[in-house]
Amino acid sequence: MSFFDYFKSKKNTSASVAKERLQIIVAHERGQRDLPDYLPQLQQELLAVIRKYVQIDDDMVQVELDRNKDCSVLELNVTLPEH
Amino acid sequence: MAKIIVVTSGKGGVGKTTTSASISTGLARRGHKTVVIDFDVGLRNLDLIMNCERRVVYDFVNVIQGEATLNQALIRDKRVDTLYILPASQTREKEALTQEGVEKVITELSKTFDYIVCDSPAGIEHGALMALYYADEAIVVTNPEVSSVRDSDRILGILQSKSRRSELGLEPVREHLLLTRYNPARVERGEMLSVADVEEILAIPLLGVIPESQIVLNASNQGLPVILEDESDAGQAYEDAVARLLGEEREHRFLTGQKKGFFSRMFKG
Ligand SMILES: Nc1ncnc2c1ncn2[C@@H]1O[C@H](COP(=O)(O)OP(=O)(O)OP(=O)(O)O)[C@@H](O)[C@H]1O
Ligand SMILES: [Mg+2]
Repeated sequence: MSFFDYFKSKKNTSASVAKERLQIIVAHERGQRDLPDYLPQLQQELLAVIRKYVQIDDDMVQVELDRNKDCSVLELNVTLPEH
Repeated sequence: MAKIIVVTSGKGGVGKTTTSASISTGLARRGHKTVVIDFDVGLRNLDLIMNCERRVVYDFVNVIQGEATLNQALIRDKRVDTLYILPASQTREKEALTQEGVEKVITELSKTFDYIVCDSPAGIEHGALMALYYADEAIVVTNPEVSSVRDSDRILGILQSKSRRSELGLEPVREHLLLTRYNPARVERGEMLSVADVEEILAIPLLGVIPESQIVLNASNQGLPVILEDESDAGQAYEDAVARLLGEEREHRFLTGQKKGFFSRMFKG
């Protein structure tokens, strides 16, 4: 690195912005990759069950599959409305 | 048994055909009997880069549909005599490339060739899936640019789930990153993703870095695979990539910009 590079902030170059955006989108898309076919159906049925008790919108139930080496974790996030 | 190599990318226009032409020429001129297949049905291009467009009589789809034999359709390169081209059809529908048809042709070629290089069309549709299905190795052509890197990652996902090797639970397709149209000066100015950035995101071994070069267009204008431009940076970078593909260790070149004198460095700002 030259003396002058020292003054150039590496952080806000357009390349570093590109890298950051890519890391986020690629991680997200890898997570979505070949999810089991039953996931959307599961999400709908969970919604129906929860709606028996609480009134919630479609986007308030989130189902994600977190794959690990030995096991996968099905993560269920339900946001309840304020009373 | 031939080794089957797909040249793929997801994104269009990143340099797949340029790469297929040079890699196949490089393998062949080292004495390996090589055939390069154009999978871009409807948009054949490889024949132009290989300078054999006026010698095309029959094509890949003719062979699949039994209208011609492989020997009738294969075109022998005029420069490198261990190199053959199987051109794509100009007019047919993409669906003409049936899986059984492709398998039949590849199986037959495997008997006599050492390497089968498959030039994939852009996208992740039928044609691209057919091109990668039988691959043993994949050269993922990527430009240092967000949409290209993202598409490369998607293609890697497809190689890992939809290729023959993945479906049969065989040893996975061997993946290689080929970064093309690389501009070191822009990387140094922070305007372009660096080799290290792309390697970190895609996390596959680096086969080579091909600099952005005027020579590539000049060569394709003349129907010359750029690897035959032995004096050029892009040609030498492709030659290095071929050597690495064959297991040789070669240091990466052309990763830095023009050497600058003391004064231009002083006043760079
Ligand atoms: N290293 C390079 N330097 C400069 N120009 C290049 C380089 N590599 C490829 N090109 C140019 O980029 C354009 C697209 O290249 P090419 O046809 O090989 O891409 P492709 O991935 O096969 O495209 P398609 O997706 O349409 O099949 C061409 O004009 C080619 O000359
Ligand atoms: Mg092409």
